[in-house]
Amino acid sequence: MRVHQPLLLLVSFCLLAASHFAVAQHATGSDVFSGEQAYQNYCANCHGKTGNQIANIDLGHGIFRKPYSDDELMNIVMKGIANTPMPATPNMSREQAVQIVAYLRSRAVLKDVGAGGDAARGKALYAGKGACTDCHRINGEGSRVGPELSRIGLVRTSDQLATSLLDPNAEVQPNNRFYSVTTRSGQHISGRLLNHDAYSVQLLDDKEQLRSLMKSDLQKEEFIASPMPSLRGKFDDKELADLVQYLVSLRGADKP
Amino acid sequence: MNKPFTLLCSLLLASTAALAQVSFEQVLKPDAAPGNWLSYSRSLDNQRYSLLDQINTGNVSKLQLQWVWQAHTLEKFEATPLVVNGVLYTVQAPNDVVALDAATGRIFWTYSHQPAPSRTCCGRVNRGLAILGDTLFMGTVDAHLLAIDAKSGQLLWDATVADAAQQFSITMPPLVVKDKVYIGTAGGDLGIRGFVAAFDAHTGKELWRFYTIPAKGEQGNDTWSGDSWQKGGASIWNAGAYDPDTNLVFFGTGNPAPDWDGRTRLGDNLYSDSVLALDADTGKLKWHYQFTPHDELDYDSTQVPVLADITWQGKPRKVMLWANRNGLMYVLDRTTGEFLLGKPYVEVNWMDGFDSKGRPHRTPGMVPTPQGTLVRPHVHGAINWAPPSYSPKTNLFYVAHWEHSGIIAIEGQFPQSVGINTRQTTMSDAALEPFFNNEDEARGVIRAYDPVTLKPVWEYNLGNITWGGTLSTAGDVVYGGGKDGYFVALDAKSGKLLWKASLGGQVNAGPMTYSVNGKQYIAIAAGTALFTFALP
Repeated sequence: MRVHQPLLLLVSFCLLAASHFAVAQHATGSDVFSGEQAYQNYCANCHGKTGNQIANIDLGHGIFRKPYSDDELMNIVMKGIANTPMPATPNMSREQAVQIVAYLRSRAVLKDVGAGGDAARGKALYAGKGACTDCHRINGEGSRVGPELSRIGLVRTSDQLATSLLDPNAEVQPNNRFYSVTTRSGQHISGRLLNHDAYSVQLLDDKEQLRSLMKSDLQKEEFIASPMPSLRGKFDDKELADLVQYLVSLRGADKP
Repeated sequence: MNKPFTLLCSLLLASTAALAQVSFEQVLKPDAAPGNWLSYSRSLDNQRYSLLDQINTGNVSKLQLQWVWQAHTLEKFEATPLVVNGVLYTVQAPNDVVALDAATGRIFWTYSHQPAPSRTCCGRVNRGLAILGDTLFMGTVDAHLLAIDAKSGQLLWDATVADAAQQFSITMPPLVVKDKVYIGTAGGDLGIRGFVAAFDAHTGKELWRFYTIPAKGEQGNDTWSGDSWQKGGASIWNAGAYDPDTNLVFFGTGNPAPDWDGRTRLGDNLYSDSVLALDADTGKLKWHYQFTPHDELDYDSTQVPVLADITWQGKPRKVMLWANRNGLMYVLDRTTGEFLLGKPYVEVNWMDGFDSKGRPHRTPGMVPTPQGTLVRPHVHGAINWAPPSYSPKTNLFYVAHWEHSGIIAIEGQFPQSVGINTRQTTMSDAALEPFFNNEDEARGVIRAYDPVTLKPVWEYNLGNITWGGTLSTAGDVVYGGGKDGYFVALDAKSGKLLWKASLGGQVNAGPMTYSVNGKQYIAIAAGTALFTFALP
């Protein structure tokens, strides 16, 4: 087929442009997944695992210093920003940059449940109405039965925390699963599962004791639902935002 | 939170609070619960003696392997575990803390510390933990002191003890007394100024620091020529002891720097190669004794101080027993620091006697020279850092050490080995190598010494050299091991071999014992693994 040269150029340009501009809109789940891996490798050291470690930027909720197009974001990811601490990443492939942008765009649609919340009020709710210290521990205070929260703001986003507060069994990290055993003598023991193998199981039981049991001594063993109660219907939106904001603020104890 | 659950949790909290974990009283008086092992040498007098006697001379030959825990590291395994109510805590070098079921070896949790880049003279090792309440304490090779929750493995606080970039590192087990944690640093060979510091066990705040080398204007600074005191070494890198009767903590100090050339640091170089007695509350120096004034042979005095109450010239006396790297064994009055007795316990040629105050008289010419001088004992010493044991039942002091060791000391250089077989110098082998003794080679022994006369009562020949310590028990068994990877059980009264196991890696640690549910275990690290034994 004979094609006019200018038309061919125009079509090629459009195709290139389309592929260039459409990276985020047509990102696949795989892109987002790979983008998260790449983000954790390249970006999380400065921006934090959840993207809110730098003041006025919350990558986990699509909050940048100013609105950027996908192209502009890719450019920043690969080339950095001159005269700022944001470095270039010369070893990053264009494909990885596309995936990181896809991941960041996927985070932007999440509602920041903690937005507008007050961490100080959240701290009071944590210790008071929420009775969270009954099961959780922060900087050496509280129970060890539930997950330790001293650094929770570094590893969980506000929406993940809100989900855990409203629907505790929706997503339980492997190291926070609860397990129940019944010994052949009829003793019931339950607690957070630390380790298990073909012959034994290790728990931090509900008395905060480290327990190791031989499976040959058990008549029953099973995963059980998290004992964490839902705050749905108990906390209003404002209280939830306060508590989430407090949890997000937990980033480890200060150095002595 | 629903009410029944809240109530349940509150009840649990109340019961948990009642379950006080490890009080200082328990650390100080471990005989009340002999199944536990709550400090580096079990008791703060460092006797490394256990009341457990289920395993004894009559049945030790039946010992069987119970479990093995493999550390995921290629570093030497020098840590002595702690055991608290059936949970065993140890360190995977350099600085991962693991909590294991003491009966099965299965893991409860691991706390992993990623040290900053740091330089250590002799391996990125760690000798163990301390515990108080529910908190474990660990020094790190990048010179931090960490507090870790014993139940969950969570970091509680992280205190910077010194700057790793300035050659400081920590390999010693911390010492806990009352509400304080004491820690010193290694790095003496690299030109640091040594110190021991006390930290608040609850907050990690540094409370005081005692420098082992006096500053300008302080008493003893004139034992260093010029500015040599500023980088004079004398680091504290091994376990300390505590005497509740005098409220003194004791630490041994390392060699002065530079190691093999004393020309730039003329004088006695206080308080290098010494034992320091410090007020446990204030850190004020109460007394000191210097084992090797103006050391040019790298004879660190960082051995583990052993405190014992013995009959001395017909009267009870509170003494300190010290088998030193310099080849001499000492009995000191631990209340006053008075020198009571000192004797060579291996071949020694660098000194030929003591004055009435216990100052050694140097043998003329036994110093590093450009041509080299054969000095005894070896640079690694008659003993290096491994913990000895004292049995108040047999009244014997059990020391694993090197016999017939020597080195060619060359001024300003690391020394050269004696003889054709240089393997005696190796410190870090985790795997075993053939070793062929000849008359020039050192060998390892476990000896029992009378603490009153410092005369050997019996000797067990380990063949190869040893970096391992000893354990004695009320079952009248002494345990030890060596570089050839054998772990042995000896009759505490006669030294007769009662049992042995080939562990496939050299023993670089002190043995320990504990019990769970009435069953006594013996534990020893060898190669890169921890082995436990018990009766069938």
